[in-house]
Amino acid sequence: MLLVTLLLVSLIAYLAFEIIPGDPTTMLLGSDYSEERAEALRESMGLNRSVLVRYLDWLGSFLHGDPGTSYSYAMPVREVLRGKLAVTAVLSLMSWVLVIGVSLPFGIALVRYQNKPFGKLGVSVNQVFMAFPPFFLGIMLTYIFGLLLRLFTPGRFIPFSESVPGCLAYLFFPALAISIPKIAKTVKLLRASILSEMKRDYVLTAYSHGSSRWMVLKNHVVRNALLPVVTYLAMSLADIVASSIIVEQVFVVPGLGRLLVASISNRDYPVALCIVVMIASVVVIMNYLADILTQAIDPRVRLS
Amino acid sequence: MLQVKNKSFRIGAAITLFMLLLILVGTFWTPYDPNAMSAAEKMAAPGLRHPLGTDNFGRDILSRVVEGTRATFLVALCSVAIGLLAGLVIGGLTGYYGGWVDELLMRLNDSLTAFPSLLLALVLIAVFRSGKYSIILVLGVLFIPSFARIVRTEVAQQKALDYVRSARLMGVRDMRVLFVHILPNILPVLLSSVAIGFNNAVLAESSMSYLGLGVQPPDASLGRMLNEAQAYLLRAPWYALSAGLAVILLVLGFGLLSEGFGGEGRA
Repeated sequence: MLLVTLLLVSLIAYLAFEIIPGDPTTMLLGSDYSEERAEALRESMGLNRSVLVRYLDWLGSFLHGDPGTSYSYAMPVREVLRGKLAVTAVLSLMSWVLVIGVSLPFGIALVRYQNKPFGKLGVSVNQVFMAFPPFFLGIMLTYIFGLLLRLFTPGRFIPFSESVPGCLAYLFFPALAISIPKIAKTVKLLRASILSEMKRDYVLTAYSHGSSRWMVLKNHVVRNALLPVVTYLAMSLADIVASSIIVEQVFVVPGLGRLLVASISNRDYPVALCIVVMIASVVVIMNYLADILTQAIDPRVRLS
Repeated sequence: MLQVKNKSFRIGAAITLFMLLLILVGTFWTPYDPNAMSAAEKMAAPGLRHPLGTDNFGRDILSRVVEGTRATFLVALCSVAIGLLAGLVIGGLTGYYGGWVDELLMRLNDSLTAFPSLLLALVLIAVFRSGKYSIILVLGVLFIPSFARIVRTEVAQQKALDYVRSARLMGVRDMRVLFVHILPNILPVLLSSVAIGFNNAVLAESSMSYLGLGVQPPDASLGRMLNEAQAYLLRAPWYALSAGLAVILLVLGFGLLSEGFGGEGRA
């Protein structure tokens, strides 16, 4: 099932880039364009064959780690992608860890102090942060931490090879921009989930045994309330990768996202196709894992 | 039929009305011409003459933000309209009649909604090329599945209820049952999803335009303004701040409205 979905996704992506109007030979040849040369180039690129044959051909080499040749860099896509994948992977994972690490305690705290000023204020602040577009947050973080406080130099990305802590420190700010709206959404979901669990009968039973509100929350409610949140968190990695496409642009991080945007602007479709298929595969796999995870934590899901 | 009275709804409505008023006034009058340059007043800080300051060309930022908000709102309006209309027809028919077409479309829907819309939008924009009308079309097409799904689920639920049965027994034509009897009853859910649609459209448009793949010059857009503003962040931070605030207010307003329609206040 997973394999079928992955194949389908790659086929759709391939076809999408296939129906784009325009002939790549025109662009590749530029001012050297002549009908004969274009024909020869089409021949050598295999553009004369049917779409399905070309797709299978492309899929075969893609799986062997050779996703074609970039138009605008005139080198293998693999070379163009070198090092970029790692940057985006680190950025996405860092954002994900931030989302999980901050939203769970914060969400639980909001319910625990529901009737205190902290709880009430927290809910409103949370609502406002949900509306922040990640790229605007990125611009604000650049202004405050980059330009005013000079904690990092905007636009001067530090590669892994130069300094690992330096690189992680630079990536922390884009990760923050990606994760803050996501944290807000997760907190909202968690809070709603906990509050609806609190209305169940077993909570009343626990209270009648003399448990305090905090004990009931900690020992009974949170476990049950976490279920939808865990699924959401597993699936949100896909959204995080998508946000990183745009936030990389803000912080000039040389990752997959920046390359994707550039390759779409330059009509460098082999590169764009490769990145889209890679991100789409991550999405499909993460959703699959989210399903398995949900079943693993809650046997009830398996039965229904 | 529609009785929504809760805090989310009231605050959301207030913010949205404020933004709509701004857009309406901005259609006929802005303090300055949004594109008028003034060499003498480059990067002026907010003050009496320019409430939100001026940009690198001495253009009045308040006027530009109003213009950008209007443009972003119009793109959102058109794309949500496309998504809603197509979604109503597809979701209405499949929900009402069911069958294998319904099955097939819902499977397709499931696989599509798993993907981040920004990624899909990027692929589609690569196919259609960028510009104001392509971004409207691309976002509109992207919204169809979610609207169709919501309408389909609601229609399928309503279909089993007595009022629909009795209407059909009385010989009311299918189309009339669907659009005159069922539609008003799914309105609260529909309004809630329209508000979410607006929310997503504003975010998607501003993100795409910020990346340079959405609205192109000379058309205005909040996303493009943020892109320009980033270059002058140190000397004119009010530029980015104003444009960003406009995006946030739009998104916040629609988000709260949607919760107001769909949340505790549901009639």
